[in-house]
Amino acid sequence: MTPLLFVGMIGALVALTLYFFATKAPILPPLISEHGQLIDDQIYLTLIITGAIFAIAQLGLAFLVYKYRHREGAKATYLLGSHKLEYTWSAATLVLFVGLNLMGQKVWAEMHLNEHPKPAIEVEVTGLQFKWYIRYPGKDGVFGRRDVNMINDAEGNFLGLDKTDPKGADDIVMGSLTVPVGVPVVMKIGSRDVIHNFGVRELRVKQDAVPGLAVYIPFKATQTGSYEVACMELCGYGHYQMRSQLNVVTMAEYTKFLADNAP
Amino acid sequence: MAALEIREAPAAAPARLSEGAGGPSGPAGGSDGGGDGDGDGGKGQHLPRRTYFTALWLALAGSFMIFAALASSYIVRRGLGGDWQALHLPPILWFNTLALLGSSALVEWARRGLAAGRLDAFRMRWLSGTTLGLMFLGGQGVAWWELHRAGMTLSANISASFFYVLTVAHALHVLVGVGALLYVAALALKGRAEAKGGLAADLSALYWHVLDGVWLCVLGLMLVWR
Amino acid sequence: MSAESAAEHVHVHEPPSSFIRRWIFSTDHKVVGIQYWILALVAAFVGMWLSVVFRLHLANEGTIAQLNNQLSALAPDSAQAQALTEQIKALQAKWFVLTPEKYLSYLTMHGTILVFMVLTTAPMGGFGNYFLPIQIGALDMAFPRLNMLSIWLTILSFITLMAAFFVPGGPPNSGWTGYPPLSAIPAAQGKGYEGPGGYGQDLWVLSIAIFCFASLVGAINFIVTTLDLRTKGMTMLRMPLTCWAWFVTAILSLLSFAVLLVAGLLLLLDRNAGTSFFIPGDLFFNKPLVDHRGGSPILFQHLFWFFGHPEVYIAIVPGMGLVSHLLSTFARKPVFGYAAMVFAIFGIGIVGFFVWGHHMFQSGMSPYVAVAFSVMTMVVGVPSAIKTFNWLGTLWGGNIRFTSPMLYALGFVSLFVTGGIGGIFLGQNAVDIYFHDTYFVVGHFHLIMGVAAIFAMFAGTAFWFPKMFGRMMNEPLGKIHFWITFAGVNVIFITMHLMGLEGHPRRYSGFNYDFLSSNYMVTCHKIVTHTAILTATTQLLLLVNIVYSLFAGPKATDNPWEATSLEWAIPSPPPFENFKGGHVPEVHHGPYEFSVPGAAKDYIMQQEPPEARPATAPSAH
Repeated sequence: MTPLLFVGMIGALVALTLYFFATKAPILPPLISEHGQLIDDQIYLTLIITGAIFAIAQLGLAFLVYKYRHREGAKATYLLGSHKLEYTWSAATLVLFVGLNLMGQKVWAEMHLNEHPKPAIEVEVTGLQFKWYIRYPGKDGVFGRRDVNMINDAEGNFLGLDKTDPKGADDIVMGSLTVPVGVPVVMKIGSRDVIHNFGVRELRVKQDAVPGLAVYIPFKATQTGSYEVACMELCGYGHYQMRSQLNVVTMAEYTKFLADNAP
Repeated sequence: MAALEIREAPAAAPARLSEGAGGPSGPAGGSDGGGDGDGDGGKGQHLPRRTYFTALWLALAGSFMIFAALASSYIVRRGLGGDWQALHLPPILWFNTLALLGSSALVEWARRGLAAGRLDAFRMRWLSGTTLGLMFLGGQGVAWWELHRAGMTLSANISASFFYVLTVAHALHVLVGVGALLYVAALALKGRAEAKGGLAADLSALYWHVLDGVWLCVLGLMLVWR
Repeated sequence: MSAESAAEHVHVHEPPSSFIRRWIFSTDHKVVGIQYWILALVAAFVGMWLSVVFRLHLANEGTIAQLNNQLSALAPDSAQAQALTEQIKALQAKWFVLTPEKYLSYLTMHGTILVFMVLTTAPMGGFGNYFLPIQIGALDMAFPRLNMLSIWLTILSFITLMAAFFVPGGPPNSGWTGYPPLSAIPAAQGKGYEGPGGYGQDLWVLSIAIFCFASLVGAINFIVTTLDLRTKGMTMLRMPLTCWAWFVTAILSLLSFAVLLVAGLLLLLDRNAGTSFFIPGDLFFNKPLVDHRGGSPILFQHLFWFFGHPEVYIAIVPGMGLVSHLLSTFARKPVFGYAAMVFAIFGIGIVGFFVWGHHMFQSGMSPYVAVAFSVMTMVVGVPSAIKTFNWLGTLWGGNIRFTSPMLYALGFVSLFVTGGIGGIFLGQNAVDIYFHDTYFVVGHFHLIMGVAAIFAMFAGTAFWFPKMFGRMMNEPLGKIHFWITFAGVNVIFITMHLMGLEGHPRRYSGFNYDFLSSNYMVTCHKIVTHTAILTATTQLLLLVNIVYSLFAGPKATDNPWEATSLEWAIPSPPPFENFKGGHVPEVHHGPYEFSVPGAAKDYIMQQEPPEARPATAPSAH
C-alpha cells in the first residue's frame, strides 16, 4: 500500500509540475528587449534540461521504491557501489552544469563586461523610499551637479539638483522612464537612501540601486508600450508600492516628450 | 592518576579509560575537584592530552576567521578611499609590542623551566611574563586614550574605527590570555603547575604566542595600508 | 584483562542527584541534545505561526487588490461601487491584516527564527549532541561544560530575539539578511523605529552575535569529539555517515559563524556608534545624513553571505548524512559508495565556501567576479548530484521497509531533487537577472534548505525517538503526517516557482501592480495560503504523536529498527554513561553491513565480534 501510494504521489508531482510548467508556455512575460532574447533562450534551455533531470530523478526514485519494496522472503543485494558509475555521473553533471552556465555568459558579457554601445541615450535612475526618479540630461547631453544638501522634497527637488549649475539647467526629472524604441539606452542606476532594485519584467533587466555606487545597465527596447517598473530589493515598509512605469515610444514621440517637459 | 583499562586495548584507546581515581567522587565526580577539569561531565571520561591542543587550535581557527574578516573588510574599505584619513599610530604601540613579545619570551622560558622541573624559576619567569602582558593591556589603554584625546574617536574616521575594532578585538583575546596566565600562576602558587605534565601552562603559552602573531599581523596591516 | 574482571573494577558514575543539575543545567550530552531539540520544536512552531499569519494577510491582500481593480472601473456613486467598498472595508478589518511594517517584521522574524533557531540547532545541536558521542563510542562530548554553555547561550539568543517583539517599534523589518543601510539607519525602517525605541534591530544583531558564539563553542566540541574520542576500532572510515556529516557541519560552523559575528558587530557599531563601515555618504532620510560617509553596503553583503552560503549547508548536510544512514538501514543494504558520500560531503563543504557571490549577482559587485562565482556554483552541483545518484543506488536492489522514518527520508530525497533543480536556474548569473528576488527564489530555498532539512528532522525524530525516550512513535499517525506534509509543501513551493516565472517580487506586503493583481497571481496566492494553513495544522499531528508516544507509545526494544550503529547496542533510553559503567564496546565492522552474504541475520552491528561476518563475504571497510 505505502509503496504504491508513494509512486502515486511522485507520479502526480511529476505530472502536475511538468504540466503547469509546460502549459503556461510561453511562461515568461512578453519580451521587449534585444538582449532579453538571450536570457529567455537560456531560461528555456535550462527549463528543458532541468525538466528532464527532474522527471528522470523523481520517477527513478518512485520506480526503485516500488520495485524493491519489501516482500516476504526477499533479500537485498550486497552492493557496495561502483567507482566507474560514480566517475561517469560526476563527469557528466560537471560538463552539463558548467557547459550550461558558460552558454549564458554571452548575455552577461553584453550587459556587464563589454563596452556599452555608443551613441546611446543616457538616463539617470535614482531610487528613494519609495519612488523612482529618472533624470534626462537635456539638450546639452550632460547631467548637472547634485548635492544632498539641496534635496527638498516639499519643493520637488528630490534629487538635490544644484540650480546654480548651468549644465543642470536643462535637466529633466520625471517619475517614470520614457525611452524611444530601437535605440540603445544606458541607465545609470543609483539610490539616495537604502538599496533598491530597478526591475522591469518585460525588459529582462534587474539591477540593485546601491547608495554610493553608480551601476550602468544598457538595453535596447524592441516594442512600444507601457510596462510596470517594480522595486526588487527590500527597501523598507513601502517596498511593495515602489511602482513606476516604463514607456517605450517612437522616436518622434520621444522628441516631443523631451520638448514638452523641458524646463 | 589511576586510570583503569577496561578492555584489551591499553594506551591506544584512551577514550575508554575510566577514571577511578576520584574514589568516592560519586554524583559530584564531575565538579572541578576530583575530576578531569573541563573534560569531565560527571562520567569520568578521560581526555588524552592532545585533545586539549586540538580544541585550542580549533578555537584559534575561529579567532583567525574573525581577524581575517576584519582584515579583509579593512583592506576593501581602505580601497574605497575617499574619506580615509591616515592614522598616526600612537608611539606607545611600539612599547606595547615589545612588552607583548617580551612577555611571550618569558612565558616560554618559564614553560621550559617547568619542563625541566625548576619550579622556582618557573614561578618567577611566569609571573614576570604575566606582568608584561598586563602592561601591554595598560599600554593599549594609553594608546586609545591618546587617540581619543587627539580627536580620533571611534566615529571620527573610518581608519580610527578600524583601529579601535581591531585592537579591542585583540585586547579581548589578550584579556582571556592574561586570565589563563593568572590561572596558571595561581596553580603554581598552590604548587600544582606541573599537574598533568604542565598542561595548563603549555596551553596558555601556546595561546599566548599565537596572540603575538595576531598582534604583529594587526600592526602590519595598519602600517601597510595606512 | 578480560571484560568480566574489568567490569568488577569499573566505577559506575551516577547522574547528578539534583533535578537542576540533571535536567536543566546538565552537562550530559543527551540532555543537552534534547534541550536543543525542544528549542527547535518551540521555535519551529513560532516561526510557522508567523508564516501562517502573513500568508493569510497576503491572500486577503490579493482579494482586496482585485476588488479595488473592479472598483476603479465603476462609477464612484453607483450602488455596486458602494457594495464593493463595504466588502473591501470588511476585508481590511480582518484580524490578520498587517501593516506593511508588521508584515516585514513577521517576515524577518520568520526567516531569522527558522534559519538560526531551527535549521541550525535541531540537526546539529539536537541529534548531533545526542548521538555523535554514542555512535562513535564515547561517554560524552569532549567538553561537557562547554556543551552546556552552548545550549544555554543558544537559549539566551532565542530569548533575546523574542524580546524584539516587546520593544517599541517591534521586531526589525529589514529581512533576515539585514542589509544596510536599511538595517543600519533607524529612520530607514519607518516611524517608531527612530529615536527612543526601535531596539528591535539591535536585539536582532545581539541575538545573532550570541548565537554565533554558541555555535563556535559547539563546533569546537563536535570536531574534537569526532577526532579524539572514537572507541577502539572506530576508524574515521567506519563512522556512520551521520557522524561525517556532523563533523563537516562543525567545520563549516567554525569557519563561517566567526565572519557573521564580525558583520553583526560592525553593523551594531554603524547603528549605535556613528561609524561608517557599511553606510555611504550623501544619504538622505528626511534630512541629509551628515555623520556617515564612505561606507560600502556591498561589503556587508560579502561578509553576510560568506557566512550565509555555508549556513545553507550547515542546515542541509546533517540531513544528508541522516538520510544516507536511513536509506541504507531501511533498504537493508550498504550505502552505495560510502567513500564517495564522504568525499561529496567534504566537496560540498569546501566548494560551498567559494560560491557566496551567487547571492549577489545583481548587487553591483564586480561582474567579472560574478562569472567566477557562477561557475563555482555549478561545480557545487556535482557533489550534490553524486549524493542523489548514490541515494538511488542505495535503494537499487534493496528490500525496502516502509517505516515512517524511511518515508521522511524518501521525501527528503524527492524534495532535495525538486529544490536543487531551482538552483540550476539561480546559480547562472545570466538567468538570475530574471529570477533574482522573485518568488522563484523563495520557492527554491524553502524546498531545499527549509523543508528538505525539516524532513530530515522529522526522519531523525521518528528514527531516534525510541532510543531517546524508550517508546515507539505511532506509525499510522506518522505516515498520515508525512503524506499531507509532503503533498502540502510541494504544492506551496512549486506554486511559488510558477509565480516566480511570472516575475512576482518577494517581500511584497500588497499588490498595487497590474501583473500582481491578475487572476492568475491571486489564485496562486490563495492556493499557497490555503495549503500552508492545512500543512501547518498538520504539524499538530506531529506534536500529538510526540506527546502521545512519550506516555503511551509501545515500549521500545534496544534495537527496534534492526540497525547497526552503536546507539542500538545500548538500552533504550540509554543509561547516564551511555555504555554501562563506561564500558564502551570495541568496533569490528563498518557502519552499513546489511544483507552480508552468508551472515546469520540481514544486519551485523558494529560491535559484534569479527566472526559475525563470514570471511567469504566481499570486504567493505
